[in-house]
Amino acid sequence: MTSTDTRTGTQTPVRENRGENTPVLEVSDLFVTFPGAAKAPDVQAVRGVGYELRSGEVLGIVGESGSGKSVSSLATMGLLPPHAEISGSVRLHGEELLGLGDQAMARKRGKAISMVFQDPLSGLTPVYTVGDQIAETVQVHNQALSKGDAAKRAVELLELVGIPNAAQRYRAFPHEFSGGMRQRVMIAIAIANDPDVIICDEPTTALDVTIQAQVLEVLKTAQRETGAAIVMITHDLGVVAGFVDRVLVMYAGRAVEVGDVDDVYYRTRMPYTMGLLGAVPRLDLEERTPLVPIKGNPPSLTALPPGCPYAPRCPLVKDACTESEPALYQVGASTHAAACIRAGEIEENAWTAADIYPLPELPEDAEAAVPRAEREVVLEVNDLIKHHPLMKGAVFKRRVGTVYAVDGITFDIRERETLGLVGESGCGKSSTLMEILSLQAPQRGTVVVLGKQAGGMNARQRFAVRRDLQVVFQDPMSSLDPRMPVFEIIAEPLRTHGHSAPSVRSRVNELLTVVGLEPAHAARYPQEFSGGQRQRIGIARALALDPKLLVLDEPVSALDVSIQAGVINLLEQLKVELGLSYLFVAHDLSVIRHIADRVAVMYLGKIVEIGDVESIYATPAHPYTQALLSAIPVPDPEKERARTHILLEGDLPSPANPPSGCSFRTRCPKFTILDPAEQEACLTTEPGLEPVAGDDQAAACHYAEARVVV
Amino acid sequence: MGKFLVRRLVNYLVLIFLATSFAYLLAASTLNPRVNYEQLQPKPSQESIEMRLDALNLNDKTPLAQRYGTWLAGVAQADLGRTVEDKSVNEAVARKAGVTLRLIVLGTIIGCTTGVAIGAYSAVRQYKAFDKSATAAAFFVLAIPTVVIAVALQVLAAWFNRATGTQFLQYGGEYTANLDAGFWGMLLDRMQHGLLPTATLAIALFAAFSRYQRNMMLDVLNADFVRTAMAKGLTRRRALIKHALRTALIPTVTYFTFTFGILLAGTTFTEKIYGWKGMGAWVVDSIVRNDVHAVAAVSLFMAVCVMAASFLSDILYAWLDPRVRVS
Repeated sequence: MTSTDTRTGTQTPVRENRGENTPVLEVSDLFVTFPGAAKAPDVQAVRGVGYELRSGEVLGIVGESGSGKSVSSLATMGLLPPHAEISGSVRLHGEELLGLGDQAMARKRGKAISMVFQDPLSGLTPVYTVGDQIAETVQVHNQALSKGDAAKRAVELLELVGIPNAAQRYRAFPHEFSGGMRQRVMIAIAIANDPDVIICDEPTTALDVTIQAQVLEVLKTAQRETGAAIVMITHDLGVVAGFVDRVLVMYAGRAVEVGDVDDVYYRTRMPYTMGLLGAVPRLDLEERTPLVPIKGNPPSLTALPPGCPYAPRCPLVKDACTESEPALYQVGASTHAAACIRAGEIEENAWTAADIYPLPELPEDAEAAVPRAEREVVLEVNDLIKHHPLMKGAVFKRRVGTVYAVDGITFDIRERETLGLVGESGCGKSSTLMEILSLQAPQRGTVVVLGKQAGGMNARQRFAVRRDLQVVFQDPMSSLDPRMPVFEIIAEPLRTHGHSAPSVRSRVNELLTVVGLEPAHAARYPQEFSGGQRQRIGIARALALDPKLLVLDEPVSALDVSIQAGVINLLEQLKVELGLSYLFVAHDLSVIRHIADRVAVMYLGKIVEIGDVESIYATPAHPYTQALLSAIPVPDPEKERARTHILLEGDLPSPANPPSGCSFRTRCPKFTILDPAEQEACLTTEPGLEPVAGDDQAAACHYAEARVVV
Repeated sequence: MGKFLVRRLVNYLVLIFLATSFAYLLAASTLNPRVNYEQLQPKPSQESIEMRLDALNLNDKTPLAQRYGTWLAGVAQADLGRTVEDKSVNEAVARKAGVTLRLIVLGTIIGCTTGVAIGAYSAVRQYKAFDKSATAAAFFVLAIPTVVIAVALQVLAAWFNRATGTQFLQYGGEYTANLDAGFWGMLLDRMQHGLLPTATLAIALFAAFSRYQRNMMLDVLNADFVRTAMAKGLTRRRALIKHALRTALIPTVTYFTFTFGILLAGTTFTEKIYGWKGMGAWVVDSIVRNDVHAVAAVSLFMAVCVMAASFLSDILYAWLDPRVRVS
């Protein structure tokens, strides 16, 4: 085992001189191994992680799934299952925590060191009120406190994290709270006893962007109130850029780069970090360059090859890299260290991600020059609605309301065009997709796919249209039949549409090559592939019948950044080569900016703004689009620190009970600054999509006004 | 919430009515009380048999619908009719229901609580020695019918009494007849008699509940909210009891309703084998004696018990799970 503490070139630990205060939390040489059951090999989840955290400091731990970032913090908290083997040292105020019994550790947890978890929906006990759960945290560390006082403190905490009507909401159960509010409760629990360290494990990953912005704001308040040091674990490089002081990048259970956030972002010295930063689609960059794809997959933590674990995927790999695993060496600033033997060279040559990673050549689309109006319409949706009745009663059902899932939306997609459909969860974007894919007559409005009207077709015609209209689903883990080999999965649509056996075989091989997989792997089953590879299989299946229009439902949201980049590049390349049109549904506006030509923003079943990507991102006119774009953190520390985010109040209203007039008015920052006479229009009249400044931009707002927010 | 419970209660009343009616119709059309009189020595005259059967509303020459109507009119006025021996069914029910209820209530409480406790602890100690032996014991019991358990316990008790040379374990009747030992002595006597039949019921319940609770507990053992509870500063043990077990109890409450019917069947055998004069033993005897009204009365009692158990679990469910309460 190699010692992997933060070390300089002369093998002495980097001592960071940030004031006189000693570290609050010191983690050194942390190893976590999960022994394999039966004959399975051991999993070395964390392999020598070390960091120091000073009072009031925010440390970001970044890495992809399986990099060991969560496991290392759970080990710090003493929350790993008993069978995990932990070694090394975790010192809180100089006191060793590893090896403490459950009793002693319980006295520390929630008092001196606390944690906010990723999924607020399952993180609270469903059978107790949120107030009681907060009060329990207060009382468990202060037995002398009366029940009433603990409850009073809980109400204060609820107010602090921004829950309105805290005294009444104290008695609410977790299921009565939205995800964002539950995460606020989790934060209240974490700060209840003024801890010295708060570990946040992907606290906003499960939340929508506008809610993420609110929760990050609450975390900042919490830090201000408690003065605690924060460990921020995330895979979102944008969140890190704006929130943290220092960054630790993890790969395969080890720290591979550590330093001040500016050093790591602007003077990156480890090829993996460079790749990660290059792989993120940028909200703030206009020119469209291909994303940096990192080839291959993260290594299995059961059988690591000798040498640098990143070597198999690294563009700068040389023989020495595979000999021994490099330790962290100081590069540049005294606090900046990277685990790469070529870090010096990177520094000397001032290499950036674009220099060292071979960027794929994206083919030029010759026909992109044809004006949009002259291209064929492949999908036309006109005033589409989808209303679900709300029923009550077991035997005698009666209608008690309506969920306005899709409420009159209109758009079209031309040949070789990508329309991005964005919005937060529950805005109706998936319902829109399902309505289009069903090819049934909509409740109102029309859907015309490739010149054929949905609902007006017989079974034969529908069958024929399905050939040209294919879909890629969100979750590549569950959208492929685990009992079918890949060959069968891709061959199924071909056989269904009557291709002969020999042509099926050659077509499947061709498709696998097109999506960048080995035809030799056709006999394998989906579970033998990684997430990114499975999504490629899903794309190959969708392409099998040479469709003209591909509907993509969040195709990359389940994938890690480095994998996502490869899939996005593939989709862009296929679009040009095969002349496809995409309807691309996503909640990630950065991805949409990268891939889409036009974008439609949805809110409560309606399109609030639509137009070409350049106009909408540069000068959004609807207050919701502005808030949405403003809420997304940009992976550029200086830019991000300089930005002010527009914070939306509250949560998405229920689509069963939308507000009168403009559905966005309840959360609209613009509405609040209008005078009552002007507000009248918002309260009573539903705004229609009206063209604004640009040639191809329309917003549904009475007071639309273009504004730069990114 | 109150409205919900009232609605459930009305549902249950309808179900009780249907179940009892079917039981009456089945008993009245298959049992033949006439045989009881025809086999008497000396055989009574035909007219007196008819008169007797008519008086008891048991005459198979009267149309079934008419007999059912008469019986139903009686039941509506809280009169369950007369037995074949022309005794009041109401009185018999009053005497015997208590015996059965004592057995069921004690057996259920002991069986459920040990089952839940052992099941939950097995889950925490999954694949350890305790879990393995609890699993083995539960499956062993599940594979044996209640009758066999009852008889096996009797045999064991007899052996125990012989070995110790005492009569500590009693297995005939509910108490010693004509015993005069004051309140405490009587209580001890009843406990000696009650131990084995209660254990019979409890053992069968324990087996089912421990398996079910173990699975429910395993589901929540690694739940995020248990981790949250520990992150707050609760010890693992407290987090498991206060957060995990509390949540894992909810589905078990529904399961209770399903097992209750089986429990009642078990009670019938247990009473018969241990010589308790309860409802279970009575229904067996009544079928042999062609006693239509007694069978119908016992069915009514069983239906009320099952529905009471369901109602109880509805209330418990709403009490345990706030998510049900609101909607």
